[in-house]
Amino acid sequence: MAESIPATPELAHDEHGHHEQSFASKYLFSTDHKMIAKQYLFTGIAMALIGGFFAYAFRMQLAFPGMDIPFFGVVSPGEYNSLITNHGTIMIFWVAMPIILAAFGNLVIPLMIGCDDMVFPKINRLSYQIFLLSALVLISSFFVEGGGFGGSWVAYPPLSSEPQYNLTPLGSSLWIGAVGLEFVAFLLGGINFITTTMNSRAPGMKMNDIPIVVWMIVIASVLFMASVGPLLAGAIMLLFDQNLGTAFYDPTRGGDPVLWQHLFWFFGHPEVYVVFLPPLGMVADIITTFARKKLFAYRTVLYTVFGTGVLSFTVWAHHQFISGIDPRMANIFTVTTLLISIPIAELMFVYIATLYGGRISLTTPMLWALSFIAEFLIGGVTGIFLGASGADVYFHDTYFVLAHFHYTFFPIAIIGFYMGVTYWFPKMFGKMMSDFWGKVHFWGTIIPFNMIFIPLFVLGTAGQHRRIYDYSHFPELMTPGMQDMRVFATMSLLVMLAFQLVFLINFVNGMIRGPKAEKNPWKANSLEWTTESPPPHGNWPPSEMPTVYRGPYEYSVPGREKDYWPQNEPT
Amino acid sequence: MSEQSQAISETGDGHGEGHVETNYVKIWAWLVGLLAVSVAGPFLEIFWLTMVTAFGIACVKAWMVAKHFMHITLEPRFVGYIVMTSLVFMLLFFAAVAPDVMNAEGTQWVKPSWLGQPE
Amino acid sequence: MSDRPIATTRSAAGMPTGKLAVWWVVVSEIVIFGGLLASYIMHRLAHSDWGEQAAHTNTWIGAFNTLVLLSSSLSAVLAHKAASEGNGPKAAKLLWLTILGAVTFVTVKGFEWAHEIELGYTITSSTFWSFYYTAAGLHAAHVIAGAIIMGIVAVAAAKNRELHRVELIGIYWHFVDLVWIFLFPLLYIAK
Repeated sequence: MAESIPATPELAHDEHGHHEQSFASKYLFSTDHKMIAKQYLFTGIAMALIGGFFAYAFRMQLAFPGMDIPFFGVVSPGEYNSLITNHGTIMIFWVAMPIILAAFGNLVIPLMIGCDDMVFPKINRLSYQIFLLSALVLISSFFVEGGGFGGSWVAYPPLSSEPQYNLTPLGSSLWIGAVGLEFVAFLLGGINFITTTMNSRAPGMKMNDIPIVVWMIVIASVLFMASVGPLLAGAIMLLFDQNLGTAFYDPTRGGDPVLWQHLFWFFGHPEVYVVFLPPLGMVADIITTFARKKLFAYRTVLYTVFGTGVLSFTVWAHHQFISGIDPRMANIFTVTTLLISIPIAELMFVYIATLYGGRISLTTPMLWALSFIAEFLIGGVTGIFLGASGADVYFHDTYFVLAHFHYTFFPIAIIGFYMGVTYWFPKMFGKMMSDFWGKVHFWGTIIPFNMIFIPLFVLGTAGQHRRIYDYSHFPELMTPGMQDMRVFATMSLLVMLAFQLVFLINFVNGMIRGPKAEKNPWKANSLEWTTESPPPHGNWPPSEMPTVYRGPYEYSVPGREKDYWPQNEPT
Repeated sequence: MSEQSQAISETGDGHGEGHVETNYVKIWAWLVGLLAVSVAGPFLEIFWLTMVTAFGIACVKAWMVAKHFMHITLEPRFVGYIVMTSLVFMLLFFAAVAPDVMNAEGTQWVKPSWLGQPE
Repeated sequence: MSDRPIATTRSAAGMPTGKLAVWWVVVSEIVIFGGLLASYIMHRLAHSDWGEQAAHTNTWIGAFNTLVLLSSSLSAVLAHKAASEGNGPKAAKLLWLTILGAVTFVTVKGFEWAHEIELGYTITSSTFWSFYYTAAGLHAAHVIAGAIIMGIVAVAAAKNRELHRVELIGIYWHFVDLVWIFLFPLLYIAK
C-alpha cells in the first residue's frame, strides 16, 4: 500500500490517507473509523451537556416551583413540557446511541477484529454527517416559534399530532424529522458494523474468538435494524397527521392512537437492548482484564444474548398495560416480560462467576464496570414490578417508572460511557488519564446518582405522577415529607452535575498533558492493544496485519510466564 | 481493484454448482401470466377465489422473483434466515397489534366513526 | 494494491461484502414496508366500508404498472447476467432499459394520482386514501432512489468498471418490485 507508486493522478488522489492531510480532511471529512468514533464521541458529549442542563432546569422547577432558576429563568408550563421531552429524546437518541453504539462501535470493531477500517468508510462518514445534521435539526427546533417539541419523548397521539395539545406546531415536526434522520444515520452505521464483523475478521479469528463487546454491538445493530422499520413508517404517518391533516391516529376519523403506541414500542423495547448490550459487552472485556481471569462460559454468554435479542421483540406491549389494550394480550406480555429477566440474570451470574477467585485490581474502568452490574441490577429488579400487568396498573406513570427507567439507562448511557472512555482512552488519544481523579469522579457520580433516584422510587410508590409541572396544585402530593424528598433529589443532582466537571477537566487534561500511553497499558489480550497508541492510519502496517490464534480471554493460563496471552501471539 | 471484487463476486455465485442456466425470459412470461390471472380473478365475483388469486398469486410471484431474479437460494443459508426472521417479526407485530387496532369498543370507550355512519 | 481498505478484500462470511450489505438493506426495508402494510391490513380488515372506497382505484393502471415493474426486473436480471459475463456495455444498456421502466412507472403513477385528486380522492379523504397515498408514495420514493443509483452504476458499467455493482442494484430493484407485487392486490384488487 504505502510502498506502491501511484501510477495515475486518480490513484494518487485515492491514497491521500498516507500524505499530510489538511485540517478539514483529517478532522471533518475523515473516513478513518477512529476519527469518526471521536466525532461521535464529542458530539455525544456536547449533546449530553445540553440534556443535563435541561434536567437541571426542570428538577429545579420541581423542587422550587416558580423559582427564577439561575442560568435559565422562570420555567413556564409549556417550556417544562419541552424540557422533559427533549431531555428524554437527547439522552437516548443523541447521547446513548452515538456514544455507546456509534462511537465505541466505530472505535473497537475494526481494532478488535484486526482490520484496517470499516468495509464502507465513506458510508461511515455519511452516517456521521447525517447524524450531525439530525442533531442540528433538533437543536434548531428549540428556537422556532413555540419552542421545542412538548409532547413527551414517546410522542403519543393526540398529544403529538395536534398542535392545540402540544403547543409546539413547528417543534413537533422538526422533532420527527430529527429523529428520522438519526435513525437513517444509525441504519447506515449498523450495516457497516454488521458487514465488517461478518466479513472482515482477521485471518484465524473464528466466531468464538470475537471479543464479547464486538458481538454485543453487532447484535445490537441487528436488533436496531429489525425493529426501527415500523417506527419509521409510523413516523411518516405521524408527520402526515401533523402537516397534511390525515387521520392515521385520530379515532374520530377512522384512525387509531394505540397503533402509534404499538409502532413506537415495537421499536422502543428492542431499543433498550440496542443500547444495553454494548455496555454489557464492555463489562465482559473490562472485568476479565482487571480480574486477570478467563470469561466464565463464553458460549453461554453468546447463546444467552441471542435469546435475549429474540425475546426482546416479544415484550413491547408491557409499556401499554393501561392504554386500553386487550387484557388477554397483556397476560401474554406479562409472561414474556418476566421471561426476559432470566437471560439477563444469567449474564449477571456469569460476570460474578468471572470475578470469583480473580486477582482484582480496582482501577477506574473496573469500578465503573462493577457499578454497572450493581446499579443495573436495581433497575432490573424494579422492572419485575412493572412487567407484571396487575402491579403496573398502580405503578404506571408514577415516578416509580421514572426511577426504574433511570436505574437502567443511567448505567447504560452514563456508566457505559465512562467505563468505555476510561478503558479505551489510552488507545483513543495515546495518553493516560489520571486514575486518582477518575476515582474521585466515580464516587462523586455514583453516590449522588443513588441519592437522586432512591427518593424518586419512594415518591412513586406514594403516588406521585409523572409529567406534572407544579405539585403545589396537588395538595395530597405536596406534603412536607414529599416536597423534602424532591428538594433532596434536586440537590443530589446538583452535586452530581458538579462532579462531572472533574471528569471534563481530567479528560481534557489527559488528552493534552497526560503521560504517553504504551501499546498495552492494561496488559489485555484483544487485538486493539497490539498496535501503537493511538493506532496509525490503517491501524497496523500492511505487512503486520494481525493473525489470530486464540480467544480474547486467555488470562492467567497455567504454565505461562506472563498472565496474559495476546490473541495474535503464535503458540 | 474491481477485478478482485469481481473475482469474489463470481466465487459468491458459485454456490449453486450444477444449477442449470435460468431462462429469465421464461420466468418473466410466467410472472406476466400470473399477473393476468390475478387481474381476472375479481371478474368471477367469488370472494374466496378473489382472495386466492390476489394474495396466493402474489406470494407465488414473490417467491419466483426472490428465487430466480434475486437468487436467494444460491446465497449462503443465513441470508434466507435473516429475511425469514424479519418476516416472522412482522407477522408477530401484526398478531399482537391487530387485536387492539381492530377492536371498536372497550370498557369506557368506542371509536365514533366505526358505528356505521361513513363520513 | 488498491486504495481500498484491506477490510473490503476479506469475506469471512462466504459472500462479497457489497452483497452482504445489500441483503441487510433489504431486511431493514422489509420491516419498514412490513410495519406500514401490517398497519394498513389490520385497519382494512376492521373497516368493511374500505372496499367501496378501494373500488375507485383503477385496476388497469395498477396492472399496467405491475407489468412495467416486472419487465424492468427482467432487464435488471439480464443486466446482471451480462455483467457476470464481463460485458459491461451490454449490462449498462439493460440498466438504462430498467431505468426507462422506472420512469414509465413514476409517470403513469403521476397521471393516475392527478386524475384521482381531480375526482376528489385526496390523501385526507379517508384513512383508506391516506394509506393508499402513503404506501404507494413510499414505494415510489424507493423506485426513484433506485433509478438514480442505477444510473450511477450504469455509467460505470458502460466503461467496464465496478461490474459487481450491477448485481447489487439488481437485488435492490427486485425487492422494490416485490413490494409492488404485494401493494398491487392490497390497493387495487381487493375491493
